[in-house]
Amino acid sequence: MFQIRIHGRGGQGVVTAAEILAVAAFMDGKYAQAFPSFGSERMGAPVMSFCRVDDKFIRLREPVMEPDALIIQDPTLLHQVDLFAGIRPSGYVLINSTRSPVELGINELLLRFPNCHIRTVPASEIALEKTGRSLPNAALIGGLAALTGLLGSAVVSEAIRKKFSGRVGEANAAAAEATFQAISSGQSWTSKEKRHAGTH
Amino acid sequence: MPEPIEGSQAVAAAVGRCRPEVISCYPITPQTHIVENLSVRVRKGEIGNCQFINAESEFGALSILIGASATGARTYTATSSQGLLFMAEAIYNASGLGLPIVMTIGNRAIGAPINIWNDHSDSMSMRDAGWIQIFAETNQEAVDLHIQAFRLAEELSCPVMVCMDGFILTHAYEPVEIPTQEQVDAFLPPYNPVQVLDPADPVTIGAMVGPEAFAEVRYLAHHKQLRALERIPQLSAEFREQFGRVPLGLTDAYRTDDADTIVVALGSVNGTIREAVDELREQGIKVGSLKIGSYRPFPTAQVRAALHPAKRAIVVEKDLALGKGGIVSSDIKMALRGLSTIVQTVIAGLGGRSITKASLIRMIGEARAGKLDEPHFLDLNWAVIHQELERQQRRRRSGPMTEHVLRAVNAVSSKIT
Amino acid sequence: MNDRQKIKFYQTGTFTVGNRLLGEEDRTVQSRMERTNSLNSGHRACQGCGEALGARYAVDAAMRAAQNRLIAVNATGCLEVFSTPYPESSWQIPWLHSLFGNAPAVATGVAAALRAKGRTDMKVIAQGGDGGTVDIGFGCLSGMFERNDDVLYICYDNEGYMNTGVQRSGSTPPAARTMTTPVVGEHPGNSFGTGKNVPRIAMAHGIPYVATASVADLRDLEAKVTKAMEIPGSRYIHILVPCPLGWAHDPSLTIKVARLAVESGLFPLFEAEFGKPTGRTLIRRKVPVERYLELQGRFKHLFRDPPDRAAIAAIQSIADQHIAEYGLMGEEGSDGR
Repeated sequence: MFQIRIHGRGGQGVVTAAEILAVAAFMDGKYAQAFPSFGSERMGAPVMSFCRVDDKFIRLREPVMEPDALIIQDPTLLHQVDLFAGIRPSGYVLINSTRSPVELGINELLLRFPNCHIRTVPASEIALEKTGRSLPNAALIGGLAALTGLLGSAVVSEAIRKKFSGRVGEANAAAAEATFQAISSGQSWTSKEKRHAGTH
Repeated sequence: MPEPIEGSQAVAAAVGRCRPEVISCYPITPQTHIVENLSVRVRKGEIGNCQFINAESEFGALSILIGASATGARTYTATSSQGLLFMAEAIYNASGLGLPIVMTIGNRAIGAPINIWNDHSDSMSMRDAGWIQIFAETNQEAVDLHIQAFRLAEELSCPVMVCMDGFILTHAYEPVEIPTQEQVDAFLPPYNPVQVLDPADPVTIGAMVGPEAFAEVRYLAHHKQLRALERIPQLSAEFREQFGRVPLGLTDAYRTDDADTIVVALGSVNGTIREAVDELREQGIKVGSLKIGSYRPFPTAQVRAALHPAKRAIVVEKDLALGKGGIVSSDIKMALRGLSTIVQTVIAGLGGRSITKASLIRMIGEARAGKLDEPHFLDLNWAVIHQELERQQRRRRSGPMTEHVLRAVNAVSSKIT
Repeated sequence: MNDRQKIKFYQTGTFTVGNRLLGEEDRTVQSRMERTNSLNSGHRACQGCGEALGARYAVDAAMRAAQNRLIAVNATGCLEVFSTPYPESSWQIPWLHSLFGNAPAVATGVAAALRAKGRTDMKVIAQGGDGGTVDIGFGCLSGMFERNDDVLYICYDNEGYMNTGVQRSGSTPPAARTMTTPVVGEHPGNSFGTGKNVPRIAMAHGIPYVATASVADLRDLEAKVTKAMEIPGSRYIHILVPCPLGWAHDPSLTIKVARLAVESGLFPLFEAEFGKPTGRTLIRRKVPVERYLELQGRFKHLFRDPPDRAAIAAIQSIADQHIAEYGLMGEEGSDGR
């Protein structure tokens, strides 16, 4: 079983991200279960969603406490919430940011988890370019697929087209593909100019 | 073909295919997605001439269905927690009048303190109100149970509550097969009422009944539930033939044949329990599990038969009878009366606290070693309990208990002066 | 308060209103250093929340009028949820939350206990959203009015059940999109010919004071709350509070949207005592309802290609009816009271 936990804020499509993963896994012939952590409707509040992928029906119904992979859609959470809690020793972490992990100030985390594969990718920027909106969720799923090798790019795009119809689906699929390629090719990013703290 | 879908959406799709004629709606987390989806289906004309009514409260919502059902319409609504309590009087009224209303309960804890997460306190509060109560473990079961619920309700003239864990099932995305309209039509004929308000054949519904007849009327309602004990397995068999799936019946036993310890539970936690059972079996520990599908009527004979060979039954329940202890465990004890089986009560998952496989495995080990208190509160933070009790001792005006406990469990405190 | 009307406020680009031009007495509660911040910062309301604004204005004004001796009872809803995220509370005043539908009754109980204990100096307010007031709390509200219990009830009307994800309430306006009145089928959005006017229903109960108010007019809102606090018996204030999430408008436009609701005539501002209207706020510059509707995604479907002229016209006629009924276009120069 492969377990993924996604962190973000209300309004960033964290729940949909988990659903895209579940649909993609299903299209790939696997079983998947996705569900959010819950609370009252509120934009901007920290939220989590979870996804499990397996070769057989998933009976377990607890939050993902030992993720094999983490997606962090909003890096402002990094210093507020213990996002890395329970991550497997050689787990994967994909952070939505234009900065590198070092620039994000997470050296301590990098030291705590020396065998984790921690990457950043400017998914909001890629999404903005491809879809006209900075909603990074679909792009990040593409990135995660590449980082973990869990799913191929084609099935992720197919799942995105199923979740979002028409032009929106196409554009988000393009964002996912672009992110997949970027991660696969080992691209890395740093912020090009100094920005004041808090932005990414 | 199963498709990945959110539990609420799956249930709405299935309910839509059952051709309800009047749906009433009042929002409450976590069932709201079900009625929202149905509002779209109705507007799209997918459900014939179905009337969708936004009620002003849950009491209004169920009262609307009482009127509609008495007029011969197939009826449906959904609620949770506080909403179920708000319609409590109408709940008793609907079953007392013999109206085959089907309602989804998105199981959620009851306040105070207000809590939107899952436990079974809501369904438990209405367990003796005369409604049939069935509990789904998975979203596929939830879908299948709703279809059977309409059949069962209309055959017996008894309302049915289909219970599914709030958030854990309602908001979970997993593969579910939604039956086709043809399949459902073949299984569920149009509603043919036993009683109906009809000028061509006027009847009086809702008379006052005094001491001379009340007991008999009440017994006849009880009798319907006893008949349900027979009908549920029969309908399950019929469902299997029609849909090719084995639906949940009265109970479902897993690896119980040679088990010395059997874990008993309702609802979605059974999935995690089975994972725990498999892991313990790999270590050679003879443990099994029993899922209770129908809680009302209570399948006494089936429970007794499934549990009696075991040395110990551990009842994991998401509810607490304040001042007493377990609710389901009392039912299990009653079913096992006269036998030497030890019944262990484990109160878990209250207010949405996750029941993890790790905790279950640890608890089963402790139970088998005879080390558990009775009742046992799984993962309860005793340090906080003692801290709060001491605090209350120190000062008369100790303030609202809830707020102090919250402060104790969380590092952030903000006493505003 | 009549002096206030004689000063014309010249609005700068930021819509500031010159307190410096006024005497001490006429300055707003919010502009004072000693305002109580009854609803303190740190609450979790969405960006641009009209209800947070309305509650802050209203409760601080009530506190000032009650010389800080006030107890608040709150119904379940957005205000209750965002102001008390465990383990914190934003309330600096004694505050009780019981259930969704019983805030008026609970407040009645608080007031009765205060009387029993001879605490005539302490005042009670009850607060709820439209869901808790217009729908599920309606029976208790009517009971409170009928008994003339000594409570000021404030309804923050964002025209839907927002906390549970935007569902239709008895306050949702016609054509509005919600999750239970979706934009699907022949009559998209909420139906015409439905809905409840609770301020008028409150008037029909003959209670001592009823008023409507808007977060776009702080002075007017504070004045009404202050006035209400001086009157014994049941009082009801109904405040329109835009919800950027549920109404789907830019969070920076909350006050503008609230102002347009008033200036279009869709949300009339008026006062009544013992069932008789005693005053209304005149519309300074009438706007067609489109200016209000087009800012909100919940009415987006009215502006497709071709636009739904029939629905827009129907909404305009509702606005026109209000204007006629309440006399909202008074003569130039009159003070409207």
